[in-house]
Parts: sequence; C-alpha cells; structure tokens
Amino acid sequence: MKKLSTENRKRLVEMHQTGSHFGSALSIVDILAVLYHRILRIPSPDDPSRDRFLLSKGHAASAWYVTLVSRGFAPEQVLTEYLADGSRLYGHPVRDGLPGIEASTGALGHGLPIAVGLALAARIDGSASRTFVLMGDGETQEGSVWEGAMLASRLKLESLVAIIDANGFQGFDEVANIQPIETFRSRWEAFGWAVKEANGHDHAELEDVLREIPFRAGCPSLLIAHTVKGKGVDEMEGRFESHYLSVPRDKASAWRDALDRKAEEDER
Amino acid sequence: MRRGFIETVMELAAEREDICLVTADTGFTILEKFRDAHPQRYLNVGIAEAAMIGVAAGLALAGKQAFCYTIVPFVTMRCFEQIRVDLCYQNLPVKLVGVGQGLTYGTAGATHHAIEDIALMRALPNMTVICPGGPRETAAAVKASLDLEGPCYIRIGKSGEPPVHPEGDFDFKLGRGCILRPGSGPALLATSNMVEPALRAADSLAAAGYDPVVVSMHTIKPLDRALLADLAKRCSLLVTLEEHSLIGGLGSAVAEAVADDQLPVRLLRFGIPDCYAPVAGSQAYLRNIFGLSVEQLSRRIQEELGEK
Repeated sequence: MKKLSTENRKRLVEMHQTGSHFGSALSIVDILAVLYHRILRIPSPDDPSRDRFLLSKGHAASAWYVTLVSRGFAPEQVLTEYLADGSRLYGHPVRDGLPGIEASTGALGHGLPIAVGLALAARIDGSASRTFVLMGDGETQEGSVWEGAMLASRLKLESLVAIIDANGFQGFDEVANIQPIETFRSRWEAFGWAVKEANGHDHAELEDVLREIPFRAGCPSLLIAHTVKGKGVDEMEGRFESHYLSVPRDKASAWRDALDRKAEEDER
Repeated sequence: MRRGFIETVMELAAEREDICLVTADTGFTILEKFRDAHPQRYLNVGIAEAAMIGVAAGLALAGKQAFCYTIVPFVTMRCFEQIRVDLCYQNLPVKLVGVGQGLTYGTAGATHHAIEDIALMRALPNMTVICPGGPRETAAAVKASLDLEGPCYIRIGKSGEPPVHPEGDFDFKLGRGCILRPGSGPALLATSNMVEPALRAADSLAAAGYDPVVVSMHTIKPLDRALLADLAKRCSLLVTLEEHSLIGGLGSAVAEAVADDQLPVRLLRFGIPDCYAPVAGSQAYLRNIFGLSVEQLSRRIQEELGEK
C-alpha cells in the first residue's frame, strides 16, 4: 500500500507541472488508496450494487484520477490528458470523465446532499450499496453541508460515510483562523453523526477505522482524517501556498526521486 | 394546477416504482396523498432547498425519477448553483416543480413573486423550461417530463386556474406550441397564466373586427421556432404575453428567434418591466399596474395594429 501511494504521488508530480491544487491532491492520496484498494466494494465501475464514492472537494480531482488508474479502472496513459486541450480530465471531475467518477463536482458543499440521495436510493431499492463522500475541512463552512448533515442523521442513513480531509488550510488562510477547529468534532456529533478520527496518512489506521463503519448503529459515520497539505513532497508539505503552486519543470524529476528515497527509508 | 400536478404524479407513481417526490416543506393539503401512499418514495427534506436538489441528483444518479416541489423562488433561485452543477452539468432527469407562477402570490410580496425564474432556468444548458397554460397542460407536461433525458423546470400556479383547453383530447408535445384559437392575425403567444387573459383579449379583438391567433407557448425552451416562422409568414404582428420580467422570458426568447431567423414580423412584448412590484396587491391589481389586464392588453394591441 505504501508503494502504491508513492507511485500515485509520483504520478501527481508529473501531472502538476501545470495547474493548481497540488497540495490539496497530495493530502488525500492515502485516504483514496485505502478506500479504493481496501474498503470500497466496486466489482466494476458500472455494477449497480457497487459502493459509491464522491469527491466533494473536486479541486483535488487529480488524486482521484491517479487512484482510479492504480485501481485498474483506467489505463495509465489517460493521465497525460490531465488539463490538456480537448480532454475530459479537467481540474475538477466530470461524471464519466473516467470510469468510476460518479458525479461532477468542483463547487464546494455539493457532495454530501448528493450522497444522501444515493444512500436513500439504496435504501428504497434494498441494496447493500454504501455511499462514501470526501470533503475538505474548509468546505464544511458551506451551508449546504449542514443541510445534508441534518438530513442524513434524521434519515438514520447508516450506509453513509463522510470523510473530512482535515489538512488545516483553505483558499486564503488556515481553517483555524476562519472557524474554530476546537468545536469541529462536536459540531458533527451535535448533528447526530457518529465521529471517529484517524491519521489520514496511516494506511493501517485508516483501514482499521473504516472497517468499523457504521461507527454507531442507526447513524451516518464521519471520519475526520488528519492530514498534511502537500504530504510527501518536502517543498509543499504543510504550506498554504501548495494550494496554488505547480511543480517547477526542472524539479519534477528530483521530486519523484525524493519520493522513492523516502519510500526506501520507510521500508528500512 | 397543484391538483393537476399531484393527481398526475399519483397516477404515474402507481405504475412506476422509480418516481420519487421531494419537497422542501411546502405542499400542505396537496402532497399528503403521495406521502401516505408511497412513504418510501416521499421525502420532506425540511427547509433546505440546496439539499433538496442534491438529494434529487443522488436519486437520479441511482436511476430514480425525482420531482422537487416548492414555491418558485425557492426551487429556482435559492439553490441555483445546485441546479446548475448537480442537475444541468450532469444532465440528470430531475423535474423541478415551481408553484406560484408570476404574480400568483401577489399579496405575499416580491419575495414570493416569480418574475426572474424563466430567465434563470432558460440560461442553463440541458434545461427544458415548461410553463403550462392551465391544469390540463400541467398534467400533460408532468407526463411528458418522464421522457426527458435531462432536467426540466415546470412552472405551475396554485389553485383555481380556469381551463384554457376545451374538454376532450388535445395534442400536447414538448417544444410545440398549442394553437388554442386559429386565425389570420395578430398572433398572441402567451405562456403560463397569461394564456387565459390572452384568450379573453382575443375575444375583445375579434369583437373589434380582428382575427387573432392564440397560442399557448407552454415550452419556452426549446422554443417552437417552426411555429414562429409559420406565424410570421401569415401575421404582421406577434404579441408575447407573460407574467415575468421582460428580460429573459418568453418575449426575449421570441425576440431572439425573430432576430436569429430574420423573421419579417413586428413584435410587441407584454410582461413585467425591470422592477419589483412597488406595492402589495392581488394578482388582478398588480396586473393592472403592469398593463397586463385584459382591457389594457386589448387596447394596446389595437393601438399597435392601428399604427401600421
């Protein structure tokens, strides 16, 4: 799994020589790896009984693209189309842009209500399909998130799992400077969600906690995944600017090598 | 028209398991029978319009046919970006049902008036915009909406609207205007709740010696451009009538068609000028303020015809 995340980060270094949101993508690489390779039951992207995953923080689309490639839903070659003229691999995902992209996102605060609808449809159909939605921590400032949060707990949608990528930064500041993070967890609990927290870069921990869903019977589950913006690339890690910076062309090769070196050190 | 809507949905839902009804806490005395007959497929999301649209998108992604029901401003404007991204960008077959066309809620104040909704919905790619002229067109529109691949907006009234179609079968096709009164001109193109006053204005024009055509333009997008071209050939004056801003509604759509298709015809547009209703008032009172009463329509059209 670690190797897989390293490979996906190397793919992102290659892709992010243009465009923004490199840091936002790096912070969710491990969450997506665990979801797609350990948790989500997706026999094929068009299987009607599959689990659904939505990336509500659509600006991190590149991380979704590399994960779908690593899962084998799309060939490696498609990644060269990222942000290219005439391609469907936009900076924000469009439904069916790749097999496995369930919904078009990019405007924040849309994913959770859609996920509620998917979970409700599964209940109506008596399907075992579960619905997962990944949001940013700053994104939860959108009112529509809380409309969805209220509704999910009232409907007792225990097949619904929301994950927050808590990397601590948003577009123009630290999340903590915009909204108090001390009450982050208790706000979700007050809205009727069963909440757990995990290190969003520790594969084993993420897998263990996600195997416990639903966290409480009759409740939607929320996992607050503590992450580092720009994770894995020293020049980006923990930097607010990684929301906007691209990989300098002359640095891409060195940054990929550094990711390999880190992986080797980790093994030792 | 709300009854026409719910009775048709009930009829369809009895046959089709995929029909769901979502409301943002409106529909008292209207939606109860659906709620009681199909509790699994009914959802009151609460006063949460953004969530209503998102939930409907999720239902549609899972193969359901979802109707979203609330008052016009709340089903079109409060949640506009959800409509744009979740429904239109993804081209999902969700049906927005807006209650209170135009000045229906006249005394409630401008918060509840629907005068910009057609313009907003018409600007959205993939969106079909339907403004039925009465209870029977509402029922037909609801049925026809199930055949659409993408989203649609159905703008209806409240209750007690007079029928504009005579008894018996009538031909309803989305995107095709319904000719309610044949004639040689002028051609009165009315939509939504202005169809009925258009018919009465036509009676008065006929009494004055004219031979007006009256069309219910129930589908504003896609617009029936073939019918417009045909009418432009036969009539020297096209008249549009709507309880909506003159910016972006039926009159604008027809003006665009006249310009784009270079139709050799004069165009007179009735609607609401670029303002909010300055005072409270019943629908009839406000129509009078905006020059939309039957007498005002008839007089103004005759002036226009006299100026030829």
